[in-house]
Amino acid sequence: MEDHHTASHHEGHKVGFWRKYWFSTDHKVIGIQYGITALFFLLFGFILMLLMRWQLASPGIEIPLLGALTPEMYNQFGAMHGTIMVFMGIVPLAVGAFGNYVVPLQIGAVDMAFPRLNMASYHFFFWGGVVMMASFFVPQGAAKAGWTSYPPLADIETMGQTMWLWGMVLLITSSLLGAINFLTTIIQLRTEGMTFFRMPFFVWAQFITAFLLLLAFPPLEAAGILQLADRLLDTSFFLPSGLVTAEGPLEVSGGGSPLLWQHLFWFLAHPEVYVLVLPAMGIVAEIVANNTRKPLWGYRLMVYSLIFLGFMSFIVWAHHMFITGMGTAISAFFQVTTMIISIPSVVILSALFITLWGGSIRFTTPMLFALGFLPMFGIGGLTGLPLGLAPTDIPLHDTYYVIGHFHYVVAPGTILALFAGIYYWFPKMTGRTMNDTLGKIHFWGTIISMNGIFFPMLIQGMAGVSRRLFDGGLAYSFSEPVLEYNVFMSISAAALFLFQIPFIINFFQSIRGGRKVEKANHWDATTLDWSATPTPPVPHGNFESVPRVYRDPYEYSVPGSGVPFLSQDTAPPAAPSDQILEEVEA
Amino acid sequence: MELQIPYEVTPRRDTGVNNAKLGIWLFLASEVMLFGGLFAAYIFLRMGADAWPGMETFDTHEMATRADQILSVPLATLNTVILIASSVTMVLSWASLKMNNFKGFKLHMGLTILLALGFLVVKAFEYGSKFGHHVYPETNIFLAIYFVLTGLHAIHVTGGIIVNAYFWGPGTKMWLNGNAHDKAHFTNRIEVAGLYWHFVDLVWIFLFPMIYLV
Repeated sequence: MEDHHTASHHEGHKVGFWRKYWFSTDHKVIGIQYGITALFFLLFGFILMLLMRWQLASPGIEIPLLGALTPEMYNQFGAMHGTIMVFMGIVPLAVGAFGNYVVPLQIGAVDMAFPRLNMASYHFFFWGGVVMMASFFVPQGAAKAGWTSYPPLADIETMGQTMWLWGMVLLITSSLLGAINFLTTIIQLRTEGMTFFRMPFFVWAQFITAFLLLLAFPPLEAAGILQLADRLLDTSFFLPSGLVTAEGPLEVSGGGSPLLWQHLFWFLAHPEVYVLVLPAMGIVAEIVANNTRKPLWGYRLMVYSLIFLGFMSFIVWAHHMFITGMGTAISAFFQVTTMIISIPSVVILSALFITLWGGSIRFTTPMLFALGFLPMFGIGGLTGLPLGLAPTDIPLHDTYYVIGHFHYVVAPGTILALFAGIYYWFPKMTGRTMNDTLGKIHFWGTIISMNGIFFPMLIQGMAGVSRRLFDGGLAYSFSEPVLEYNVFMSISAAALFLFQIPFIINFFQSIRGGRKVEKANHWDATTLDWSATPTPPVPHGNFESVPRVYRDPYEYSVPGSGVPFLSQDTAPPAAPSDQILEEVEA
Repeated sequence: MELQIPYEVTPRRDTGVNNAKLGIWLFLASEVMLFGGLFAAYIFLRMGADAWPGMETFDTHEMATRADQILSVPLATLNTVILIASSVTMVLSWASLKMNNFKGFKLHMGLTILLALGFLVVKAFEYGSKFGHHVYPETNIFLAIYFVLTGLHAIHVTGGIIVNAYFWGPGTKMWLNGNAHDKAHFTNRIEVAGLYWHFVDLVWIFLFPMIYLV
């Protein structure tokens, strides 16, 4: 142990700053790089949304320092808010940061299988983000065609759209490299005794997520290549014949199909929803088991549900396209698959609820966020059902109802889970805990103001208010009864911003000033990330010696064991025959 | 002692593969989805097209110019032969290493690279003659998908050439200066590069009939 200490100390001096913090191949450093970059993008995407909400609550009133929002700016902010939050915020934080940091620790691996590929994947992500941010400064600004970039509009959009496509190519490349790395790591680098069904649920969630990223992203890359060709080589993959714009007839050969984009896009983007949700479920499962001091109820059932969910997510994509005039048979197929895919999500959520039953729950800050996730994700899921059935989807399509539903899944759903993950693994990463009081203020403020933003959206949507309206529906008389909600929602959004301040203060202050953890296994957890590594773990190598796994992931309160919990690397008591053998040998 | 990442060279007992080989298979799975997406786009566009090479018009029963009259089938056939040959030399280069024959490796890997360059030269002539006749991706939807699919494939060929050239040149240090373990590692690298190369070959085997013939 002493040796190791001096070795790592020595290394810290030998390796320069850039190599240690920027071009590092250590999965822990890369995870933190991902985490900080993603948190920055989340904040930036959130600020774009705040500017939009200002406009929606008080159309045309000037924003201090920025002036009144123009419709073009509003469209830019809308398209980029979606892109930034999904591709540059949540996925990098859920997969890039937590996946990278925690998965190797939990399976007892010394690093990811391909450390240099891991570094490359972060740098692709970073430069993809830079291209996206730079697109705000090109003539006529960033992409304005929505985060879905539907053609024909996207095909004839300004230069920002081309930047968006290049940025996406980089982000997709990053995700693909990451996915290959995760799959190889989980399949190849599990330590001795870590069978698939002894893997913590979080690792399973990352495993299925990586499959989704690996197989769903390439069709979007194909679509991106075709759209780039449309924009740069003047082809017309997505442009039908005889298209007329405000500047007159388009001079292209035509013969393409805008629907082709929608198919390719949603073939990615539906699995992408599960990419956003599954890691969140994984984080919540870890924290729920740890803080109820009970094994997860139905661990195997949850894993099977996860696998089924991953498979089904590839055959539901056209439920985003019910209003494109598809035939009844096809529509029926996708409605059925969509109803079926809700079952495994419900199974996982129910299993987590049942886990709470009879547990002696510790209401720590991460547990509060994890508990917040459960009902919020439930609302998100249930409000999705009407959108999965064509008769109810047709009137609700492209209204604020869709926005409300989706945000319930990812904002009070996934983002709460990600906060839970930050509070849970922060001590592992820094060796210091975050402040509990600030954490609790953060939790209650966040969950209340998030509901204040998103619940009225469901009401507005059912009243028929369309999404992407620059004036929030002012121009339409039917939206008048629900227009007043806009002010309330915007005030809630501002409150949400204010309640992030305790988090930001807490985060930065705790890095240096937080209370030091008293022991390596700060949460009394059973998984290897807490039980087998020092806190924080050894740089490059994680473990002082590679752990061996003897038992299932969540052996809390095992009857008759005489201890509160048995970590995965706790060796079973030697059997009597072994003792005799030892005595004989002695 | 620094802890090492296991199974970089030797296979893991219960999975039967080493890390790099599993990694390349996963990468190829994503490539299947990439080209699969484009092939699906081809089918989608063709099914919905008002006009397509070789298609009979509904009212006049005239057949549009066939694809094999627009594109050069002899050149594409030549390219098919070249690529298949390069796949064979790629295997031979790996087999040479397995038999500890470094000269054989240099020869066959060199041939693989030359054949791949030959493929690109033929492709360049094909593109050049199209441009010479003022036929561009923007001309019609068939040519658009032709240029995008073959162009993306050509980029993959170029990538393969770069990787193979590295293993033919500077990458050989691992074999020349290394012990038995490094040699096994280098052989694995060639095998993995070979898997990629066969995939590029296979994509062309699908592209050729789909675009030029049917």
